Parts: sequence; C-alpha cells; structure tokens
Amino acid sequence: MSVSVLKTKPAQPPRQSAEVVTLALPRKAVKPSRLQAMAHSLAVSVVPPTIVILLLLGFWELLCGGPGATLPPPSTIWQESYDLIVNPFFVNGSQDIGLGWRVLISLQRVAIGFGLAAVVGILMGVVIGQSVWAMRGLDPVFQVLRTVPPLAWLPIALAAFRDSSPSAIFVIFITAIWPVIINTAVGVRNIPQDYRNVALVLRLNALEFFGKIMLPAAAPYIFTGLRIGIGLSWLAIVAAEMLTGGVGIGFFIWDAWNSSRLSDIIVALVYIGVVGFILDRVVAGIGAFVTRGTQAA
Amino acid sequence: MTAYLKLDHIDKSFARGGSTTEVLREVSLDIAKGEYISVIGHSGCGKSTLLNIVAGLTPVTNGGVILEGVEVNSPGPDRAVVFQNHSLLPWLSVYDNVKLAVDKVFSGVKSRAERHEWCVHNLDLVQMGHARDRRPSEISGGMKQRVGIARALAMQPKVLLLDEPFGALDALTRAHLQDSVMQIHASLGNTVIMITHDVDEAVLLSDRIVMMTNGPAAGIGDVLDVPMARPRRRLELVTDPAYLKCREAVLKFLYERHRFVEAA
Repeated sequence: MSVSVLKTKPAQPPRQSAEVVTLALPRKAVKPSRLQAMAHSLAVSVVPPTIVILLLLGFWELLCGGPGATLPPPSTIWQESYDLIVNPFFVNGSQDIGLGWRVLISLQRVAIGFGLAAVVGILMGVVIGQSVWAMRGLDPVFQVLRTVPPLAWLPIALAAFRDSSPSAIFVIFITAIWPVIINTAVGVRNIPQDYRNVALVLRLNALEFFGKIMLPAAAPYIFTGLRIGIGLSWLAIVAAEMLTGGVGIGFFIWDAWNSSRLSDIIVALVYIGVVGFILDRVVAGIGAFVTRGTQAA
Repeated sequence: MTAYLKLDHIDKSFARGGSTTEVLREVSLDIAKGEYISVIGHSGCGKSTLLNIVAGLTPVTNGGVILEGVEVNSPGPDRAVVFQNHSLLPWLSVYDNVKLAVDKVFSGVKSRAERHEWCVHNLDLVQMGHARDRRPSEISGGMKQRVGIARALAMQPKVLLLDEPFGALDALTRAHLQDSVMQIHASLGNTVIMITHDVDEAVLLSDRIVMMTNGPAAGIGDVLDVPMARPRRRLELVTDPAYLKCREAVLKFLYERHRFVEAA
C-alpha cells in the first residue's frame, strides 16, 4: 500500500509544475495580511481609548450641561479656552503666554531639581549600598525624611533661600531624591558576589569598579528609582508653583482659580497629565535602552 | 628545590556569632610549574574555600600561599579564576568581557592594537572567535564557560584556577570543553588547579589528584599521581589499565575510606 502511494506521488508534480496560479495566490495573501496586521495593531491600541474618551466626554457633557452645574462641560471649555487648546505657544505679554511655554518653564525647574536629585541620589545610594555602617546610620534618617510631604519642605526652603525659584527647585530635589537613593542602594547591595570577585581578581580600582561593574549592574534598580522620582517631581512642581508664583503651569492653575477661569484649569490639568505621562515614558525608555542585556544574565 | 606554588599549612575557620567552624586544617601542597592538579572531595569539604584562598578571595586563618617565593594574600590577575557559573558581565559583549580583563592587566604593557589582537587570539583559542559580538545571554552555557576560560587565559596568569568549571554543563558539552582545556594546557603549559567532583574528569585531565577528607576540619587525605602519558585520548583511556587503576583509587577513597556523611 505505502509503496504504491510513493510511486504515484513523483508522477504528479510534473503535471502541476506548469501552473503559475498556485504561486501567485500566496503572494496576494501575504501582502494584505501584513497591512492588515499593522492596521489591526493600530486599531487595537487606538480605538478602545478613543471610544472610552468619547464616552467620558459625552457623560461629562450630560452631567455638567444642564443649568446649575458647578463645573463647565467640554463644549463650554472648547469655546472659552479655544486659544489655549489650539495654540500652546502664543505670546501676548509677559503673563499671557501659551500653556506650552508654561509647561516648558516648569519642565526647566524639574530638569534642574531632578537632575541634581539623580546625581546626588545615585552617589548617596552607592555609599549606602556599599557601606554597612553608612546604611545603618543613614537609612533610618532617610526612612523618616522620605515620608515628609513635598510641600512641607517649602517654608523651610523659602526661609533658607529667600527666593521662590530656588525654593521650588529645592522642593523638586528633596521629593525626587529618596526613591533614587533607596533604589540605588538596593541595586548596589544586590550586585552578585561573582561580579565583585571578577573585579577583585582584575584588581579594578574604586573608580573602575564604579563605572564598569556597579553602575551597569545596578542600572535596572537605579532607573526604577529615577522613574518614581520623575513622577514625584512632576507632582511636586505643580503644588510648589501654586505657592511660589512665577510663570509655570502650577501658578497658571492658581491664577486661573483666582480669576474664576475654570475652563482654563481643566485644560491645564490635561496638559499636566500628558506631560507627566511623557516624562515617565521618556525615563522608562532611556532605562530600557541603557539596561538592555543587564537583566538577562 | 622550592615549589612554584606552595600551600603552606593552611588553616581556615569561619567565625559567625560566637561559634567558629573549622573548615580546613593543615593543608599543605607543593605544586610544580605546568602541573595540572585536581582537587576532589565530597560537597562541603572545603574544596571551593581552598580555591578561594589560593585566589586570595578568602583570607587564611593560619598558614599561607606562596607563589614563586612570594606570599600572596589578595586577589590578582596572576591567579585567574574561572568561576563555576562563568561570571561574565551580561551587559558586555563576549569580546568586551575579555577586553575588560586585557585592558586592565596589560594597560601599560601592550598597545591598543596589541590588546585587541590578544583578545581575539584568546577567543580563537577557545573557539569563540565567531561569537565575539554576542552578549552572554545570547550564547549557550558551554560557550559562556569557554569565554570565561578565554578571559582567564587572557590575563596570562601564573596559576589558572578552575572552580568546577564544567559542573553546570551537560555531558557532551563537558567532554568538548575538557578536550579544549587539555589542548590549551598542552600548548601553553599553564599551571592549573581545578576543583571537581567528577572522578573521570579528574583522572582524564590531571597530573595529580588531591583527594580531600570530609569536613569539618577537612584536609588532604591522599594525593594520587596519574602516570598516564599525554596527549590523552578519551576513547583509548576507557580500556587503559593505568586509567582504570587511578579511577578505582579515587572511587575507593571517596566511597570507602571517606564516605560522604549525610547531614543529619
């Protein structure tokens, strides 16, 4: 039986070899499927959030559309704050500028405060992670200080710096530094003994060990700390600016509240949310790029 | 004549809390240049501690390690270690792992081009030249261990220390690597101390087998000369009477005279 089957098979291909249609069919099938796959993945990531946002806006419109509502509905916001929404970068005077500018000014403060926090935090984390005595001495202090809410630092900062701008930056710094310190310390403490042994056998000096073993080995932890830190910074800057003034996005909200421009506040909230999201993604993206390969041992 | 590497009355005890555990007692051994020594014993007998002491990673309690007439008590590239779990840095490519060692050890001695060539040469020596741009996570366990050996060889160590280098590998890969190590030892004439728990491996590779008694306070129970000519071929050895005799001697030592005492 099986022999006869084998014999008939070689006889068939020569007859079919002339047919070109069989080759053309799969080609046609492949190209649309790729496009379809792309369209599909796009649809999967875009359509559900769009539907949810539209539903929420509709619900909001229904809820606040009637007379006597305390908050403006989306349609009113669109009319009242049209120029804020459409043009983020207009300049009509020193205090009348687009939200894009205000966000950039706030981001500049965050960049300085968070940058300082990252550098100081990583260095202190390394010290605490490396030295048992530094950890015993400093860890309790840090555990207490890190629970202090960001704004509670503001009066102290104002008293110390006697100026609002450095105070706001200090609040960012003091808010963002704790997760960076603590995560770096944990990362350094978790460096496998094997890597330390390699460094010992090679007689790497402290600086080489720091750059070639410690930073890369602890990088996943460090970036977790930085990611938490940048989120907290963005939380703190808005609150700090509300109190210190200036031209940042936080002060804009406070100013809008004082002049009863509720629509503007809601637009500003959306800006803050989107920027915070982007900041988080940027730090996470840098972390994923820098630590590629580190986690897979 | 003084030995190339001398382990001189080494005692080691670990103190934890109020109690001290004596791990090694009175370990003395003279090793000649170019000798291949295996240290075999049941797990927990302090083999790895002994290797770490020679490497300088663990300080001795009494006694000392003397290399070419000079006492060594801190780690250094003259006693390169191939770790059991390869210990390659996962964020560096295979080439960069070796380069890290070469750059450090030969920083003032070799030019940049010479260092590059030396890295490539050592990777070729362990047949890993083709994978130099891969990361450790992208290569197999046997390949990682080859790179670990290349990194150690690239330091041009006076003594090469192998800590159960093939323990985590499957039998076929292990045989391949053993052959590679034998070839390298034959061509470079390194002095090697290898920790192992594999009797066949010990007999195949070694000039002498150091058999350790069980801990606590383990010591050298016996040292067996392996009087087989090199190069040794795995297949021919299976029926070689000298090989069988050595094998029997080690097995007898491990399973008759110093049976592993199960921890209660």
